[in-house]
Amino acid sequence: MDKNQSRRQVRLMRQSLFDQGFLDEQFIQLEELQDDANPNFVEEIATSYYRDSSRSLPTIELALEKTPRDFNKLDGYMHQFKGSSSSIGAKKVKAECQQFREYCKAGNGEGCMRTFQALKKEHATLKKRLEAYFQMARQAGPIETACRPK
Amino acid sequence: MNLSNGMGSMSTASSSGAWKSADVVSDQFPAGLRVLVVDDDPTCLMILEKMLRTCLYEVTKCNRAEIALELLRENKNGFDIVISDVHMPDMDGFKLLERVGLEMDLPVIMMSADDGKSVVMKGVTHGACDYLIKPVRIEALKNIWQHVVRKKKNEWKDVEQSGSVEEGDRQPKPSEDADYSSSANEGTWKNSKRRKDEEEEADERDDSSTLKKPRVVWSVELHQQFVGAVNQLGIDKAVPKKILELMNVPGLTRENVASHLQKYRLYLRRLSGVSQHPSNLNNSFLSPQEASFGAMSSLNGLDLQTLAVTGQLPAQSLATLQAGLGRSTAKSGMPMPLVDQRNLFSFENPKLRFAEGQQHLSSSKPMNLLHGIPTNMEAKQLANLHQSAQSLGGVNMQVNAHGVQNSALLMQMSQPQSRGQILNETSGTHVPRLSSSMGQPILSNGIPSGVLGRNGIADNGRGAGYNPVQQNSSMLNFPLNNSSELPGNNFTLGSTPGMSSLTSKGAFPEDVNCEIKRSSGFGPSYGIYNELHQHKSNDWDLQNVGLTFDASQHTNTMHGSLDSSVLVHQGFSSSQRSAQSRNPSTVGKAMFSIGEGTHHVNVQNNGQHLNSLIVDNTVRVKAERVPDASSQTSFFQEQFGQEDLMSALLKQQQEGIGATENEFDFDGYSLDNIPV
Repeated sequence: MDKNQSRRQVRLMRQSLFDQGFLDEQFIQLEELQDDANPNFVEEIATSYYRDSSRSLPTIELALEKTPRDFNKLDGYMHQFKGSSSSIGAKKVKAECQQFREYCKAGNGEGCMRTFQALKKEHATLKKRLEAYFQMARQAGPIETACRPK
Repeated sequence: MNLSNGMGSMSTASSSGAWKSADVVSDQFPAGLRVLVVDDDPTCLMILEKMLRTCLYEVTKCNRAEIALELLRENKNGFDIVISDVHMPDMDGFKLLERVGLEMDLPVIMMSADDGKSVVMKGVTHGACDYLIKPVRIEALKNIWQHVVRKKKNEWKDVEQSGSVEEGDRQPKPSEDADYSSSANEGTWKNSKRRKDEEEEADERDDSSTLKKPRVVWSVELHQQFVGAVNQLGIDKAVPKKILELMNVPGLTRENVASHLQKYRLYLRRLSGVSQHPSNLNNSFLSPQEASFGAMSSLNGLDLQTLAVTGQLPAQSLATLQAGLGRSTAKSGMPMPLVDQRNLFSFENPKLRFAEGQQHLSSSKPMNLLHGIPTNMEAKQLANLHQSAQSLGGVNMQVNAHGVQNSALLMQMSQPQSRGQILNETSGTHVPRLSSSMGQPILSNGIPSGVLGRNGIADNGRGAGYNPVQQNSSMLNFPLNNSSELPGNNFTLGSTPGMSSLTSKGAFPEDVNCEIKRSSGFGPSYGIYNELHQHKSNDWDLQNVGLTFDASQHTNTMHGSLDSSVLVHQGFSSSQRSAQSRNPSTVGKAMFSIGEGTHHVNVQNNGQHLNSLIVDNTVRVKAERVPDASSQTSFFQEQFGQEDLMSALLKQQQEGIGATENEFDFDGYSLDNIPV
């Protein structure tokens, strides 16, 4: 692809992430922070997020499998997870976190389990999409400033 | 960066003006705001850092609360604001919030993904100045500087209201405010360190008093009116305006009342925190106060006032004192449950006499007196006292006059006097008693001890004059602080024949002197006074010691011991090095205890014993110079009482020494101490 095409591709990819609800406004905040001093800021943030969340997911999973389930603890874990997910704008992941917490409050172990699976799926999906996006963005070169999704 | 420096300086600026102009001065503000961010989530931390940097703030990241606290503690003025997450593994965010608020008093913003009402409310109740919901947007961070400004403004306003002297705004304020503020701000009632500052300030003020506006002297009566008004309104509802109205004192401004109220509040707070003595606080409070008052009555209500005002006496104690004073003057027996009534009474008598002398002393420099308690009384004060003492009559207050520059001195002096009297009566046995009761609080002034010494000595010259002499000397000694120099005082003790006569140990005086000199710094016993006494006591202490001994000696070593101990306590504190062992809190007690314990003082008859005694005593007594201790024993004891009282008071105030004598001293001075 030529530059222009690459850039268009990037734009499209980005737009779909928003459109499909993978990312929210917070992501744009991050994009706005990106500047010459930190040209890959967003990618760095995303990388950091995935590094940490990949570590915490197994912990939550372990806690989930333990019976009797400690919902308070689980809720605590999820609260944390939700916080970091929301900070990068991971919209769908955040939604699942919220759902998980609801089930925790209700003491619904099954619901928690189900939600957790969904959460993991969303988490993985977003990771793939972002990786592709960032790769494309790097290839395309510096892109114009972030524009809000329509 | 400049900005941050500027900010830093601005944030620490003492003058409101400087602060106010900060915004104007620096167009770059809030750029350079020094923010500490605490969050265990590294991703969030990175994002926040970037956001804050974009706002042109100076950011420090931290992922652990403990580390954050360390950072804050190391750089007391290194940060302007703290942003912290609520949920953190090592420490609850609210706990960190509390710590920061208490230790560093910085504005803290809480953050959380949790936006539940209860959590946000928790933030409010714990004192967070703002609560941000995650994910945090940069717009939210752009305005955090407002919290820094707001806090500074509020602080400044408080300071102004209290007439904080420390802010360096004394000048424009009435002198009294300056006095108040210095004491209030410094929490004079709180710690000796501050008092010291105050003292210095007081001294300065005294010197320049003529240049300043006339200060409002919170005389005993005035303070009583104030307290009455406050009680009537209820401490919670007592606002300066209403207090002012109730008091209905012409010429009194709302500012005067406001600053005095602040001090009073500090005092009350201190009291409640310090003395858990049930009795202390209310009844006992009054009683001891009265007792002290009684003793001090001679001092003059003003003295007390001053003392209280300067923050040396906790407001309450002051009140009590004042009440006592007022009353004591009127009647000799104040109901001092705590204090040995006898002592008290004995005090009263001499006091009254002394009061006359004092009167003019105090009137001349009421403020000084008060300040004096822990502070140094100017020599002139002492001199005044001295003079007034002389007029007193039986008591060799004269000496006191010297030493007692501070009101404390006066107090002490008066006390010693009374003690002396008592001594006369009891001839020795009382001494212990007296000293105990008396000694406690007052010690504060080194001078007193010194003074006493002189007085006693001078009179003692005759040896016989034990009582009166002692009084003097003890009085002198007592003045713990300021006078400690005991300018020339009268301490002739050392030189006075009295010494020799007293103890017949002639040598003693010398020894004493030596001893005292050594000790010169009572310091240790009373934290507060230490500073004061230390330098002073020297000669005096010794002398006094000798004196006391002499006087008491006659009866038995015990006597001497007691006296000496008493004296020692008082005067020795400064002179005594050994006294060092005594901790301030026990100072008051120490004094007495020394006396009691120092039977060995008996030896004192020889000045040398005295010295040793003195040594011990001094340890205890902060009193600057207890020199007279020796002969004065009984006398001193009385004196001690005053000094002790004063010192005790001060100490209590400062150190909140609830436990030991401080509490005691405070309230009833002396109950503990009375060796009887």
